[in-house]
Amino acid sequence: MSMIEIKGLKKSFGDLEVLKGIDQNVEEGEVLCIVGPSGSGKSTMLRCINRLEEPTAGEIYIDGEQVTEGNIDRMRTKMGMVFQSFNLFPHKSVLENLTIGPLNVKKADKKEIEEKAMKLLDRVGLAEKANEYPRNLSGGQQQRVAIARALAMDPEVILFDEPTSALDPEMVGEVLDVMKDLATEGMTMVVVTHEMGFAKEVANKVIFMDGGYIVEQGTPEEVLNNPQEPRTKDFLSKVLV
Amino acid sequence: MGVYLKGFLIACKGIPATVAVSLVAIVIGAALGLLLALCSQTKSKVLQVIAKVYVDVVRGTPMLVQALIMAYGIPWLLQSWGIGFKWDDFGGMAVPAIIVCGCNSAAYMSEVIRSGIQAIDKGQMEAARSLGMTHGMAMRLIIIPQAVRVILPAFANEFVTLIKETSVLGYVGVVEILRRGQLWNSSSFETFPAYIGVALAYMILTIPLSKIINGYERKMARRESAA
Repeated sequence: MSMIEIKGLKKSFGDLEVLKGIDQNVEEGEVLCIVGPSGSGKSTMLRCINRLEEPTAGEIYIDGEQVTEGNIDRMRTKMGMVFQSFNLFPHKSVLENLTIGPLNVKKADKKEIEEKAMKLLDRVGLAEKANEYPRNLSGGQQQRVAIARALAMDPEVILFDEPTSALDPEMVGEVLDVMKDLATEGMTMVVVTHEMGFAKEVANKVIFMDGGYIVEQGTPEEVLNNPQEPRTKDFLSKVLV
Repeated sequence: MGVYLKGFLIACKGIPATVAVSLVAIVIGAALGLLLALCSQTKSKVLQVIAKVYVDVVRGTPMLVQALIMAYGIPWLLQSWGIGFKWDDFGGMAVPAIIVCGCNSAAYMSEVIRSGIQAIDKGQMEAARSLGMTHGMAMRLIIIPQAVRVILPAFANEFVTLIKETSVLGYVGVVEILRRGQLWNSSSFETFPAYIGVALAYMILTIPLSKIINGYERKMARRESAA
């Protein structure tokens, strides 16, 4: 059984059909990178997985359970999400950003979850920032906190929506390093990204999307170094200067 | 000089009534205002229209007219239908006064609250929901606490406005600050000292409040710019 199964996923915004039928599986411990030009539907696909966008048609399963039916709140505790613009809670300290989910959603023990949150902050190299507020952190630091916040819920999958696109170039590396560590430790990850270097190094599978379809998929070697489809070749020739 | 002090002290006797009406009214206004703000943001067209009509009617008519309708018009109407209704049987003339002030300030508060909630980035709701929070939980823990900080100065300004607007309530039988001054004027004929005393009594309420709001806004602006 796959960790994530997507069957016949379609999504329209009014008359505009953004996803025109997506079928895709992600196995446990796999890192799937989604690349493609803007407007190709890759973020929409990611946001359909945890129903931040409501699919128009199709089915999505996480660990065998259907996401597209039933209580979405409980299903969301299985999948963390990391946003392009971090979306940390500005009125909460860094530590509280990590604990507010487990405390309120999972009714976790306060002392236990705080200890765990400190370990997670240590893991992303920010233990000394626990009592700071997000506004006092750099973009790279905020994104590392956002990853730790997702981890604090013990998710089975983490969805990354262009996690480095809003960062200054010198901060991209620190965030990608944290993501590489996660991949090494066996976290199942779906990453919408423009970082081809990261995709080549870390992904088990890469899909290239354009016009609401998956145009090409395979290993990073196949898709990024030896693309078959003209649209993939054209896109890569523009981004890999 | 003594006559001015006397005018001021007499007006001050109306402060408890003015403050009490304003306080109860601002609580009603905030609660009803939140309800109206939520109505105007629902998908239900009916609720949206109700909220819109309410705000238009209240903002489109003077509060004195509303107070006269509530205090004298409603009992007249009920009596014409054969229902013996007197405000005195329901807690006195302060009751319609408080209702009118509360309903009035709700119309203004709903706009303030709506814009406060809309000012919060939609990524905040998405991040909260992605952690598995319900919509209600996300509103309570993430959106409203941030919106309150945005709203607070406008909320306090509305309180200052409300304190001043309660001065029309003398016309419907509430003995507040202005009414105290008027009553003393008609018995003593010390017209100038009476009304100067009234003005001063309002000022010792409104000016400190405004100073506190300005201080809070400066503090928030400093925190913003430090970000």
